[in-house]
This record gives sequence, structure tokens and C-alpha cells, in this order.
Amino acid sequence: MMTTEALAPSAGTSRIEDGPRGAKPRTLTLSRVGVYVFLILAALFFLMPLWVMVVTSLKSMPEIQLRHIFQWPQQITFEPWLKAWDTACTGRDCNGLKPGFLNSVKITLVGTTVSIIIAALNGYALSFWKYKGANILFGLLVFGAFVPYQVVIYPLIIGLREIGLFGTFPGIIIIHTIFGMPILTLLFRNFFAALPPELFKAARVDGAGFWQIFFQIMVPMAVPITIVAVILQVTGIWNDFLFGTVFAGRENMPMTVQLNNIVQTTTGVREYNVHMAATILTAAVPLAVYFISGKWFVRGIAAGAVKG
Amino acid sequence: MKKFAVVAAMATALLGSTAVNAADVEVIHWWTSGGEQAAVSVFAREFDALGEDKWVDTAIAGGENARSATLQRTLGGDPPGAAQFNISRQFEELAEGGLLLDLTPLAESEGWRDFIRPAAILDVCEFEGAIYCVPVNIHSWQWAWASVPAFEKAGVPLPKNLDEFIASAPKLQEAGIIPFAIGGEAWQIGGAMGVVMLSQLGKAGHEAIYKDRNLEVAAGPEVANAITIFKSLKTFTDEGSANRTWNDTTNLVIQDQAALQIMGDWARGEFAVAGEQPGVDYACIAGPAENPYLDTGGDIFLFPKQDDPAVEAAQLKMASMMVNPQVQALFNNAKGSLPVRDDVDMSLADDCMKAGLEILKNPDSVIQGASIYLNQDAIGQTEDLWAELWSNPDLSVEEAQQRFVDIIASAD
Amino acid sequence: MAQLATAKEDGAAARPAAGSSGRKPFRLSTLMSIVGTMPMIATAVGVFFICIIYSFVLSFTNSRIFPAFGADNFVGTDQYARLWSTGRWLVSVNNIWFFGLLSIVANMTAGYLLAVFMDQRIKQEDLFRSIFLYPFAMSLVITGLVWRWILDPNYGIQATVRGWGFEDFAFAPLVNSGTAIYGLVVAGIWNGVGVTMAIMLAGLRGVDGEIWKAAKIDGIPTWKTYLFIVLPMMKGALLTAFILQCVGVVRVYDLIVAMTQGGPGISTQMPAVFVIQHITDRSNVGLGMAAATMMLLPVIVLLGLQVFVQWRANRVKENA
Repeated sequence: MMTTEALAPSAGTSRIEDGPRGAKPRTLTLSRVGVYVFLILAALFFLMPLWVMVVTSLKSMPEIQLRHIFQWPQQITFEPWLKAWDTACTGRDCNGLKPGFLNSVKITLVGTTVSIIIAALNGYALSFWKYKGANILFGLLVFGAFVPYQVVIYPLIIGLREIGLFGTFPGIIIIHTIFGMPILTLLFRNFFAALPPELFKAARVDGAGFWQIFFQIMVPMAVPITIVAVILQVTGIWNDFLFGTVFAGRENMPMTVQLNNIVQTTTGVREYNVHMAATILTAAVPLAVYFISGKWFVRGIAAGAVKG
Repeated sequence: MKKFAVVAAMATALLGSTAVNAADVEVIHWWTSGGEQAAVSVFAREFDALGEDKWVDTAIAGGENARSATLQRTLGGDPPGAAQFNISRQFEELAEGGLLLDLTPLAESEGWRDFIRPAAILDVCEFEGAIYCVPVNIHSWQWAWASVPAFEKAGVPLPKNLDEFIASAPKLQEAGIIPFAIGGEAWQIGGAMGVVMLSQLGKAGHEAIYKDRNLEVAAGPEVANAITIFKSLKTFTDEGSANRTWNDTTNLVIQDQAALQIMGDWARGEFAVAGEQPGVDYACIAGPAENPYLDTGGDIFLFPKQDDPAVEAAQLKMASMMVNPQVQALFNNAKGSLPVRDDVDMSLADDCMKAGLEILKNPDSVIQGASIYLNQDAIGQTEDLWAELWSNPDLSVEEAQQRFVDIIASAD
Repeated sequence: MAQLATAKEDGAAARPAAGSSGRKPFRLSTLMSIVGTMPMIATAVGVFFICIIYSFVLSFTNSRIFPAFGADNFVGTDQYARLWSTGRWLVSVNNIWFFGLLSIVANMTAGYLLAVFMDQRIKQEDLFRSIFLYPFAMSLVITGLVWRWILDPNYGIQATVRGWGFEDFAFAPLVNSGTAIYGLVVAGIWNGVGVTMAIMLAGLRGVDGEIWKAAKIDGIPTWKTYLFIVLPMMKGALLTAFILQCVGVVRVYDLIVAMTQGGPGISTQMPAVFVIQHITDRSNVGLGMAAATMMLLPVIVLLGLQVFVQWRANRVKENA
């Protein structure tokens, strides 16, 4: 790791304005065209399934049965979208996706925040304040990441039942924090471990303690990795279905329970157009989070670079 | 448990929520599609009409998901008031563990034994002389769905059994039709194989293998025949069959691109939605055999034990409501399944359903599916075996049969 | 995991001040560190340690739906014997190595490539990033279905390209036992490469600007700088992405259920699917836990190796 003392704040700022490095000609050169061609081809590959989903969601069922999956609908209908949101039946209730929406927002918001704060603290402590046995704990944690969820579900149920939190909102938050912890801790630990050690030493010389260094130095530096953590956690929690049905209690059932009810039918008739619309609608929130947090990504580097 | 109740009570008081009132009964089920919703609404409406008690609906799609949620919540001390299961051995440990409400007094006072038919579907609910569940409908696997125009186009008559079908399959192929439509999912393959086996074994052979675990029959020529037929069916399917859902497969028959699909009676719903007429656009062939047997799969409800006597009273009311003849008629008409009792008005039923009802009247034509006799573990092993047989042409008839015998021999 | 050890040692070597051993006097800040990581301690010990022991013990029982620890429930190593004579499990074990190797290599390569291209001052960076990331947000139940359609020989890519006049074009990996796993890899990359890209990009942007200036002055071509100078500097990001991939591979379940259900036949079965099916619908918790224990075995070996390497290193240090 190079020292960063030479890195003047101005250099950091200019990096943000200029964007990333590499060859930076203002004019359109052949390599520039190559970059864009590559990205656009990649984007087309990534968008292909979305295209199929969007066109399917705009078709009527008889047209879907003709199975021209890539074709634009002969007759556009928005009916499936309305149905998915508002009237699709999930069991006895025919209110579409909307009833669980607020629950999902609540669980995702609190769950993501709590789990990221805890994981950031873990990563920080593991990088700079290692106590005896810390590595073993971390090893256990990483180990836990490889266990399929269902394997550990029974001990967790019994544990939560004993402390009286089974089937409650705090219960589901605890569960998401536990299962997010291995990967998130790893993420923060590796990020902090790669930071220039001079930062930490200097703060120690100034007499700053555990919490001071964390909040005043490390938190602002950790923005880029926090964004990655947010992406992982928001997606994980928002799309969770298994824990929601078991641990959240009936009052707090997330939206994915309704999504699954709409799209996963065993012996019933499948309305593919409604399924596609419901899937896109459900994914809208994580997508919005990606798009918005992506902008912070750049800003986060600015904050980190200036501090550095 | 007590601690939990106290906290729950406190939480309820604090939040002022309407959580679980004394007479709210939460019901976990997996009936989530449009048609299924209509059926479950019948139960809910009828139950709410009985009095103060309320049906609180918790729909969780996918049988395994819903069943897991019930089991896990029961273990967590927060069991639902009622839960859907299949007619099978899926819930035996709940009953053995004393976690379920004993319905015996209700069943005896209402005389369930007298009107629920076939008797075997109530046997499933019985553990050590006590009744722990209510059967609500009957679904059978033993149906073949044929496209009438496809057979006309190929100039062959509709088959009456599998041998006739295999004989006419090459002609169908020549006419550019997929003779045999199937989706490559393990449960579809396993289900179809079960139907083929039954068509060769008959009731006696079926019971000898699954009920009596007679290994000689399992190693006998009928099973070998079934495996051979199954392997030849594979040659009459299309390239796209791998991983196809059953609905997409049925759709091939609806579109007359494929001639025949073996699938349970729930496939009827797909034809109805597509506006197809039985006898004109499609045909339902029971068996498929001249002497068709039907198994009696279907759904049951069980009632996990509750602390609150008011909920328990409501649970009993719900159980009684579910077998009520009017409710049975309304429910099964909406669901497209057959009722669990004879004395209900099924005048709204279509021809295929009526044919099914007719077969059910004769006890000699009714069999218990393998899942009644074998536990889920063994059922899963056979499913794996048939899936492998389907996709692996190198697996010989002899070896497949030997492995089948081994599964039966070690089954619990 | 061997890399994990290196990274740890790097950290320790670079930071001797970061008091890591009990030999130093106990300080308030160490106490704070313990307080700050209480949730981690609780999770590591209270959840994962106990759960692993618990599932290990269960694997010696004949538990069906509910965990059963009665004296007559213990059946020794019967479940392991059955496990290793089950064809489906053997296929699953083979598959996971093949699938894992292929998809991790492909994912890391594609992820780094995308990150490098995204690092070229792209005006529409937000847009491209969202396009590469969006699959990660979609429910696999439906995207699995869409991929199945796209790869279906009768309606998907194959049919479309044939419709353009290329009659011999064949692309339908899912229909064949031998190729279905490649279809899974493609969909898996589609689903997860965006995250790898995001982590790599975070890593790239964390690299010191001075390095770039120096490389430029020395006249090193951009691609060489990316490959030979910058890449080795992103150890943290690479390690994170790698472990994330490993976890994803070991636990792969949704993708299989959504796309192939383990088929055709049993050709795409995976260990996690085996475990989950057996502890839920197949009501054989004992066998499922035996399989889960076997899944953890390679991880135990690797972590054990790391502990051993560290112990050796410490001893060498002490002797010196």
C-alpha cells in the first residue's frame, strides 16, 4: 500500500471532476468507440430478459400463448400492471401487491440500517482493535455465511421464542441482521484493512479513542463500501420471503409474500403478464435505491479522498 | 411459552392493534391463483357468516412454503388456527407430538365416518384412534388430456389406453404434432410415471407394492412394462420439454400443437380459461385405461392446538363448516375438485368432473396414492429415480427396476 | 481462504500499533472494542457456533420433520452411509465443483472487465451501472422463468435466429443433461455480475491516484496498468468478491429451483437444493443435516488450514 501523504486534497477533488483515470482524450477516438460498443453490447445482454418481461407484461393472455416472446405486443394493454398492483388475488384478498408495500419498506429500512451499522463496527474493530479471539469469531462468522439458511432456522425459532420475539417486528430485524452480518462484516473488514494505516496511527497519536475514530474518521471514509453494503442488504432484505413468512408475524408480512402468491401457483392458472408486471413493480424499490445510491458513490469517493 | 404470551399481550395492548382476537382464526393455505381464490373465499364467507368468529387469511404460495411456515410457526409457539396440508403423511409428526386439536368428538357427533367417502381419506387423518384433520376435496392424477383436433389432423382415433396411444404416436409425429406433451420437472415426470404404473399394475398390484411392500410384485413384469412404456413415451415428446411448467405444457394441447398430456384433474381449469369445450376441443380420458382407477389426493385442514378456549371453539366450528354439504358443493364447484361426500349438488360440474364422480362411486376403482403409504422421503426417492430414468437413456429397465425395488424395501 | 490469511497478516504487519494480542495491558479501548462487537460475538457464538454443532449432532439422528434428540433417535453414521450411496448427492457434489469453478472465474473476469470499462469516464455511468445491477434486484422465480423462455428451443433465441434464415442454428442448453449447467452459469452471471462489478469499481476507485500518474510517466499502457499494477492492489475488493461468489455458489438454490429444478433428470442438482428439500418437504432432517455437514467440510478444512498456517507463523516468530 502506497502512502497517501503525497495525495493532496486538490488531487482528490480533481479526480472526482475528471472522473476515473485512464486515457482521457476529449475527442472521439477508436478506443473510445470500442469502450462504448463493449458497454452497449453488455447492456443489451443484460436488458434482454427485461425486454421479454416488459413486452410480456403489456400483452393479453391470448397473445402470450402465441409465444413470440421477443415481439412487441400487437395490442398494448396496461391491465396487467393495474391488476398486479391493485386487484390480483393472493389468497382470499384481492388487493394486489400494495398491502405489504409499507411493511417491506419498514423492514428494509430498519433492517438495512441496523445491520450495516453493526457490520461497520465489526469490520472496524476487526481491522484496528483486534482483541484475543477476534479472529476466531470472524472465522465462525465467515463460516456461517456458507450454511444454508434453512439449516439454522430451528435453533433460531427456539431462541427467539425464548426471548419472546418470535413473530414480531424486532424479531425479523434481528434475523436479517444475523444473516447479513457475515458478508457485510467481511466487506467492511477488507475495506478498512486496505486503508492507509497512517490514518489510524495519526488519530491515535492525537489521543482519539475507539468511538471517536470510528465516527469521525472511518464512517466518512467508508462511503463507497457502504454503498455496496446497501446494495447487498436492500436487495437481500427486500427480496426475502422465507424469513418474512416465518419470523415477521402476520402483521409485518413483506410484499414478497404477495409477489410469491401472485407468481407462484401450483395448480392454478398462470397469468404470465400479471406475473411479469408484479415482478417489475416489486423490483422498483431496490432499483431506485441502486440508482440513487450510485450517485453517492462518486460523492463518497470525494469525501474519502479529501479526508485522505 | 408463557413469556411469549405476556409479551404478545403487551405488544397488542401497546400497539392497540387488532391482532388475534379471541375468535379470530388464522388460516394458512397455498391457494393463491384466481380460481383458487374463489374457492377459499367460499370457506371464509361461510365461516364469517356463522357468527362473531373471523377467518383471518394467510396465503403463502407454494405448498412447501406454506407447510414449512406452519411447521416452523408451530414450533415457535405461534401456530396458526388452521392450516392446509395434502392428503399424505406430511403432518404425521404434528399429530404424534400432540400439537393438533383432537377432532374426534366433533367427527363422531356429526358422523363423518358415515358420509365422507372414500373412507380412506379420513383414515389419513387418524392417528391412534383420534381424528386430527378434515379432508375438503379430492384431486386425482389419473387423467390424460387430449387435443381432439390434433388427433383428427393425424387421422387417428382418440386412444382409450396407453398402448393405443403409443401405437398411434408415430402417425401424430408424421402430422407434425408433438405426440406426448410433458414438462421435465421432477414432480410432473414422477406423477406421469405413477399413472403409467397404475395403468399396468391395477389396484391389486398397486396395493401390493405400496401398502404391503411386496417386493416380488415390485420386481415383477408389470413394473418392467411400465418402465418400458415410460421410456418409449420419452421418444414421443419434444425438444423443449425440459423444465417446462405444467401450464405451458397444457397450453401446447390447447393450441393443438401437442396431442396428449398426462396431468391431474386441475388441468381442466386451463382448458376452461382458454374457452375450450370438453368433447369438442379437448377430451379427458380417465386412467388412461378402459378400467380407470382414480387416486384420491387432495387437501385437508388441520387445527394446531391453541391456548385460548374461544379460538378452540371457533376451530371446531370451522372444521364442521368445511364438510357441510352446501359448503362442499360451493367450494368444489369453485375449485374444480371433487367433493368429499356423495350427497352434494354437483349439477354445475362439467362432463369431465361428472365422469370423475361416476368413477368415485365404485369403491373398487378408487385407490390410495403412493404418498399415503410411503413417507415423503421415499416418495422423493422415487421421484428422483423417475426423473433420472426420463433424462438418462443409458439407465436400463432392469437397473431402474432394481433401484425401485430397493427404495420400496427400505421405505419407512 | 488461504488469501484470507495473507490479507490478515498484511494487516497485522502493517499495523503493529493496533494491539492485537493479550500480552499487552488491557485497555479501555479494548473493552470498547468488545462492547462495540457484542452483536458479532452473540451471532458468531450464539447462532453460528451453536447452529453448526446442532446440525452436526442432528446428522446422527433419524429426525424427520422436527429435530429429535431422544436416545432411540441416534442412528450413528447411517445417514452418512445413505448420503454417499445416493446417486443424486454424488451428482450434486460433482456439479457444485464444476458450476462453482466455472461461474466464479467467469463472474470475476466479467466483473473486472465491466468495472474497468465503467472506469473510462463514461458519461452515462449511472445508467450503465443500473443496467448491470438490475438483475440482482429481480425475483428469481420470474427471471428464472424468463430465462427458461429465452433458452427454450421452440420460442427463444434458437427459434428467433432460425426464423432469420439460419436453419442450423442450435442454442438450447437447458434441454440437454450435458449442457444445462452452462445455461445456469449464464443466468447466474446475468444475475450476479453487477455486484462484482460494483465491488471492483469501489476497489478501482480506492486505488491511489499517484499510481496512475507514475504509470503514465513511465509510459506503461493503460491495459497493462490495470492488469499488472492496479489489480494486485485491490486485494480487499477481490477477496470480498471472491468470498461473496463462493458463498453464492455453495448456497445456490433459488437459481436452480427457478430454472431447472435440478433437471433434466438430476443433471443440475446441487448440494443446497438437496439439503433444503430434505429438511423441508422430504421430511428427513437427519439426512439433510448430514448433507449440510458435508457441505461445510471443505470450509472447515480451509479455515483449519488457515489457523494452522497462522500458528506456524507465530511459532516461527517466537522462536526467532
